[in-house]
Amino acid sequence: MAAGDLIEFGKLVGAGLAMGLGAIGPGIGIGLLGAGAMQAIGRNPEATGQIQTNMILGIVFAEAVAIYALVTALILKFV
Amino acid sequence: MDELMSDVMEPVITEKGCLPGCLTGRGCIIYVVIIAIVALLASRLPVVMPEVSVPAEPIFTIPGLGFAVTNSLLATWLTMLLLIVGSILVTRNLQMIPSGIQNLVEWGLSVLLDLTENVAGERGRSFFPLVTTIFIFLLMSNWMGLLPGFASVGLIHEAHDGGHEVSTISLAGIDVHLLRAQEVGEHETGYTVFAFLRSAATDLNTPLALALISVAATQVVGLRAQGRQYLKKFISFDDVMGLVVGPLELVSEFAKIISFSFRLFGNIFAGEVLLAVLAFIVPYLVSIPFFGLELFVGLMQAFVFAILTLVFMAMATTGHGPEGEEH
Repeated sequence: MAAGDLIEFGKLVGAGLAMGLGAIGPGIGIGLLGAGAMQAIGRNPEATGQIQTNMILGIVFAEAVAIYALVTALILKFV
Repeated sequence: MDELMSDVMEPVITEKGCLPGCLTGRGCIIYVVIIAIVALLASRLPVVMPEVSVPAEPIFTIPGLGFAVTNSLLATWLTMLLLIVGSILVTRNLQMIPSGIQNLVEWGLSVLLDLTENVAGERGRSFFPLVTTIFIFLLMSNWMGLLPGFASVGLIHEAHDGGHEVSTISLAGIDVHLLRAQEVGEHETGYTVFAFLRSAATDLNTPLALALISVAATQVVGLRAQGRQYLKKFISFDDVMGLVVGPLELVSEFAKIISFSFRLFGNIFAGEVLLAVLAFIVPYLVSIPFFGLELFVGLMQAFVFAILTLVFMAMATTGHGPEGEEH
């Protein structure tokens, strides 16, 4: 196998692993956020608006970490 | 069949039968027709495999300075032009009792002002211009990037490797080249498109610039509010905790720059790649719900950038608060 092929292989596998492993943490985090929000709404339905706003804010931050992994995968594949 | 799902069908059933569009035997015909038309379009006008380029492509070069103007810079200028012209038009005849466009803009700004005062208190009013400018600029540029023509209409360049064949039609005397879906074989020159316009945040430079402005403005605001005391956050010899935490705070400021820029860049750039690749895989249909996702993501990323800037500025001005406070 030529050296160039090996590098290509490494890049592709790296891209796949980066996105795959990188999505585990944020996935769990967003699930926890949603669960906490559901429980809070269940206890206090009147505060649904505030809870929803803060949940969306938290989800955007958790998703940002997954986006870092996606950017790494994109750079590996296309640069 | 109507009695079977009567509680669900009740809102859409009138005396003359079901409203058009609901999924009964006759309503399904419309969906079948739509899918048939889309399938026909997809076979006659296939979508080209997208060529993803992380750096923005240069369009022309300013002759005197040798400065290459990229397509994201053009999109930034277009956003600025629209915002400036829009602002001039809205503020032309300001009335004390607003109506029309002035009313709409005042409502929007008052919502943002309430949010700012909730987060940052009375002092928040001085942060309001920068934060709202960042929000409005990012919102406008993210949403403009979804318009047709962005990242698809541009100059034809020879591709380094691979690329597509080109067919030429002549419109009103101008030669218009269309990329065809076939890729070229080996040893032939293929072509690719350098789009004229590309959403501003898809180039890492714009989010990086905005992040630098945000973090620098936060430091300036903190220094102005607390004076020398502000530097005690970073370098403090009072107690051991301060000695250790200081460099961590310094590193965290740089981490803020990186996280600001990559959060915005990653979301918007990945969204653009997603739309292009989905349009290639299932043409004309599957992209539609993802346009909705991109609208939402564009709004949320602009909002998060602005809110984070606001929160960091508020934290920089209040500091730790008096030490003897009860918790």
